[in-house]
Amino acid sequence: MTIELFMQQLANGISIGSLYALLAIGYTMVYGILRLINFAHGDIFMMAAYFMVFSIINFKLPWYIGAVIVIVASVGLGLLLERTAYRPLRDAPRMSIMISAIGASFFLENLATYLFTGVPKGFPDIKVLTKPVSIGNISLSVSTIITPFVTIILLYVVLFITNKTKIGMAMRAVSKDFETARLMGININKVIATTFIIGSSLAAIGAILWGSKYPSVMPLMGVMPGLKCFIAAVLGGIGNTTGAVLGGFILGMAEIMLVTFLQPLTGYRDAIAFVILIIVLLVKPTGLLGEKVTDKV
Amino acid sequence: MLKINDLHVNYGGIAAVKGISIHVPEKSIVTLIGANGAGKSTTLRAIAGLVKAASGEIIFQGENILGKDTIDIVAKGITLVPEGRRVFANLTVLENLKIGAYLRNDNIEEDIYKVYDLFPRLKEREWQLAGTLSGGEQQMLAVGRALMAKPKLIMMDEPSLGLAPLVVNNIFEIIQEINKQGTTILLIEQNANKALKIADYGYVLETGNLSFEGKGLELLQNEKIIDAYLGTSKN
Repeated sequence: MTIELFMQQLANGISIGSLYALLAIGYTMVYGILRLINFAHGDIFMMAAYFMVFSIINFKLPWYIGAVIVIVASVGLGLLLERTAYRPLRDAPRMSIMISAIGASFFLENLATYLFTGVPKGFPDIKVLTKPVSIGNISLSVSTIITPFVTIILLYVVLFITNKTKIGMAMRAVSKDFETARLMGININKVIATTFIIGSSLAAIGAILWGSKYPSVMPLMGVMPGLKCFIAAVLGGIGNTTGAVLGGFILGMAEIMLVTFLQPLTGYRDAIAFVILIIVLLVKPTGLLGEKVTDKV
Repeated sequence: MLKINDLHVNYGGIAAVKGISIHVPEKSIVTLIGANGAGKSTTLRAIAGLVKAASGEIIFQGENILGKDTIDIVAKGITLVPEGRRVFANLTVLENLKIGAYLRNDNIEEDIYKVYDLFPRLKEREWQLAGTLSGGEQQMLAVGRALMAKPKLIMMDEPSLGLAPLVVNNIFEIIQEINKQGTTILLIEQNANKALKIADYGYVLETGNLSFEGKGLELLQNEKIIDAYLGTSKN
């Protein structure tokens, strides 16, 4: 192995890891507040990719306007999902909400298959993102280079919102105790909707960057990334935003390194996430940065 | 200020409150005493809008608030210090106070200092997570958090529960102090002796019905109440 190839793969690992991180934030935030694994999150990601295809290829919009529309539409879809699939079950047992989440996921996948057919559509070629850049002997696309920076910036934005703003304080309060939060005058539904807005917009940004890397859009494209990012969130400690990003990076890196160093095992690339999940659940179920236990009677 | 007429509340299919009428005059301390399961907490939760009442009236400052949303009730000036304190363990002491003022848009700085004046311990622990406080400190924080809403009426559900005797005395002193500063108080207690001593008026609740009512000190001397709730603690 040459040092160039290694560096190239390292960059790929960081880049794919930060894509996982973007999606994992959405899982972890919704879990933190609702104790719900939002199985439909990966399907919002898929729908966002389709929105991008339509706004750029069908409506011939410039990519930056398309990106704004994609984010707005994905947020709308996320809010609709929360309103129809989760809010009516607010006081129901957790198992019912979980089943509703799985149902919503299947619904979106089948709706996409029905509306857009199962034939993959090409993701628009956004020149700004796909342009190759050479650093020494390594050649990387712009999207590979900027993805980690985008992720880190967005992580900071999310951390700022949750730790420094009033709505963020309300989010943390609601995640601990719905009823007492209501006694403070907090509108629970608004707070939960806000987490869906954040999660869906990150999924949309993730979809745009993902499409520039893997330009094939199909109804089931959200399933595997969705599962992997959920695992990344568990690995980082579900409920913890920084942990989700860390988990995403580790997972992306593990996959790429497997492909690089153990080439005969390349076919097992998708399996590694699940191996990690099993190990985490056996060894440290709370994940790397799992919630601190501060309750005291 | 608060008038409850013939309130009925069903809780989990059981009639928990069966037609009680209570009057809390402005700037008074009124206490509701009674054994476990008498319906005291349910009454407070119905006033706060956390449980739906089956029938009756809850008139606060001339307006029926029964059936209104908790957020509106808090906005009108009623806060509840819930049983078991329920501070937000994952928020700092300061954040817990700030979140008590969630519905306010004015400057809350001054009120934070007022709370720190009442509870100097909270000032020392300002940046600590509330979950790391002792039980007594958490109770102080729960009361301070409720004060941050600038309520007209504070309802307290068993503020002395599980606290050391010295801390209990301290909490009761603070309740009187808050009352002196002009806030009306509706207090629920199992520690009937202490509650009646500071209360202007008291009600005794038995399995969802009112059995006695009267001025705090009168109830303290009532033979039946001594037997049922005060035991030998009157000495």
